[in-house]
Amino acid sequence: MNFFSEIKENIVISYQAINSNKLRSLLATLGIVIGITAVTLMQTAIEGINLAFEKSIAAVGADVLYVQKFEWFGKEDWTFYKNRKELTMEQYDFLNKNSQTATVMAPSTGVTRTVKYQDLALQNVFILGTTYEYQEVSGFNMIEGRYFTQRESQGGYPVCVIGTDISDAFFENTDPIGKTIKLGNFNFTVIGVIEKQGSLLGLFSLDNRVIIPLERFFSLFGDKRGLTYNIKAADINNVEETKEEVRWIMRKARKVPYGQPDDFGVNAQEAFKSTYESLTGLIKIIGTMITGLSLIVGSIGIANIMFVSVKERTKEVGIRKALGARRSTILSQFLIESSMICLMGGFIGLLISFPISLIIDAFVLPTAMPLWIVVLSLFISLMFGILAGFFPAYTAAKMDPVDSLRYE
Amino acid sequence: MDNLIEIKDVTKLYIMGLEELYALKGVNVNIAKNEYVAIMGPSGSGKSTLMNIIGCLDTPTAGEYKLNGKNVNEMEDDELAEIRNKEIGFVFQTFNLLPRINALNNVELPLIYSGKSKDERIELAENALINVGLEDRMTHKPNELSGGQRQRVAIARALVNNPSIILADEPTGNLDTKTGDEIMNLFEELWSKGNTIIIVTHEEEIAQNAHRIIKIRDGLIADDYLSEKGKRIAEQNNMIKSTN
Repeated sequence: MNFFSEIKENIVISYQAINSNKLRSLLATLGIVIGITAVTLMQTAIEGINLAFEKSIAAVGADVLYVQKFEWFGKEDWTFYKNRKELTMEQYDFLNKNSQTATVMAPSTGVTRTVKYQDLALQNVFILGTTYEYQEVSGFNMIEGRYFTQRESQGGYPVCVIGTDISDAFFENTDPIGKTIKLGNFNFTVIGVIEKQGSLLGLFSLDNRVIIPLERFFSLFGDKRGLTYNIKAADINNVEETKEEVRWIMRKARKVPYGQPDDFGVNAQEAFKSTYESLTGLIKIIGTMITGLSLIVGSIGIANIMFVSVKERTKEVGIRKALGARRSTILSQFLIESSMICLMGGFIGLLISFPISLIIDAFVLPTAMPLWIVVLSLFISLMFGILAGFFPAYTAAKMDPVDSLRYE
Repeated sequence: MDNLIEIKDVTKLYIMGLEELYALKGVNVNIAKNEYVAIMGPSGSGKSTLMNIIGCLDTPTAGEYKLNGKNVNEMEDDELAEIRNKEIGFVFQTFNLLPRINALNNVELPLIYSGKSKDERIELAENALINVGLEDRMTHKPNELSGGQRQRVAIARALVNNPSIILADEPTGNLDTKTGDEIMNLFEELWSKGNTIIIVTHEEEIAQNAHRIIKIRDGLIADDYLSEKGKRIAEQNNMIKSTN
């Protein structure tokens, strides 16, 4: 009998066996159902968390470098970075003049103040002082009005653009453009509203900001504050090249002696990612292992039931052997039966976890069950079926036909 | 006449713990094509062991067994499975039908293991069931059939692959006398169509249906003779020969 027709016949036989023992097969496969549900939901959750993370750091552009005296997720103590010299406008000008690979850059600094409009007040609003180039570096759009111009920027005009949180708080029913708001004690005219940007890692809202020309910022809030240089790389695939160039120009600008480490940081989105991955990587592995454990427990259940099933059908095995079934035929018959039970479990598991993933998507965090999880989990069920079925099937295959025919 | 079965000095030794038990102690039997033989003996005589060896369910400890010219005593499990599939049609006392599947599917089984296509299987199985008079019971499951009908299904299954031997172990043991007689008539009919039939039984009355009776006692052949029926047939054959 050729291999495929044997498999085909054994599928029919297994179907009949499972069909005549519906409840038992269903109970046997419950462990696999739970295991597959757990594994797929775990993976779906991981995918969802990854997606959420990617989205939450999108505000930190993938092609933007941030030169600061601090290094993101640096290994040293905070005070070590704090004691470094601030980044100055002179160094910025030197960098801006010498960089070949940066498309555009803008210096920025900030302060937190209470912002007022008429008798409304918002505390702890981040006031960002920067130049006209900042919009291009950050890549945000305006939903109302406009960003400030080069002339307004360099002339230090008292104009500002505001985030949506501020716009919603102050100008719910009115047009914010042209209104005067107070940043600390100083009056500014609103000329634009930035589109909603969300928050960084869910912690720092980018919509609770007011952006003003850097010149004005210096004259009102002082110019001794350290700067951040926001740099957009020319090529998103070559951010590293820009990073290296910026480093060498900065070392020159800050006169770092040869052989000494940098006294500044060239930060990028990448730092978030690698930190995130090192934090969550282990959790993912452990999660996968724990959920995988439930699959193993499930397959032990299947193996148990298969042993009972083989014992119970000793006579059937004897009859089949008397009629000419080979060892391999009997082996594959029981292997296919256990695989089918496990596959069925995998299928039910997916039927359960798919709607749950939709619920998670709708109410908890945006997620998706990728096709590879579906395919992989069915494959895993099949593998566990073969694994769980092997010893029972082997027992059946090597039964003595005389003894098994006599079995009652 | 060529011998279909040649058994020469066959012994079978069972080892149970420290005890050695010879179930067969050197048996010699030849059975020709289209013979109708009954193997008789009380329980523990070794007749079941002999039947298992003839049926290729078991192999002898020593000695030689040739079936249809093929040396069976040195075959591996899978080769024996193939011999059982192609050369032997089993009929058991307890019918041994698979309970979950219908009569047609039961008869189909040996054909599955010999790798026949679905269409061919259905056709052969249907014909076999028609031959035993069950054309209107094909889709019934075993528990929907009477004992006699079940045994007919089993006989159809034994016949379906066109084997060299029909090997029946106490085929009427679970049937009432009337149904038993019907089954024995069926065997007679199969014999007249050219089949070789071996029946294992401990009932003298059943054995008398066969044409040759082999009696086993204590692992040896105690007697081997023609039954009344067998003698009549032999006489007829001789008459035909002498008239020629």
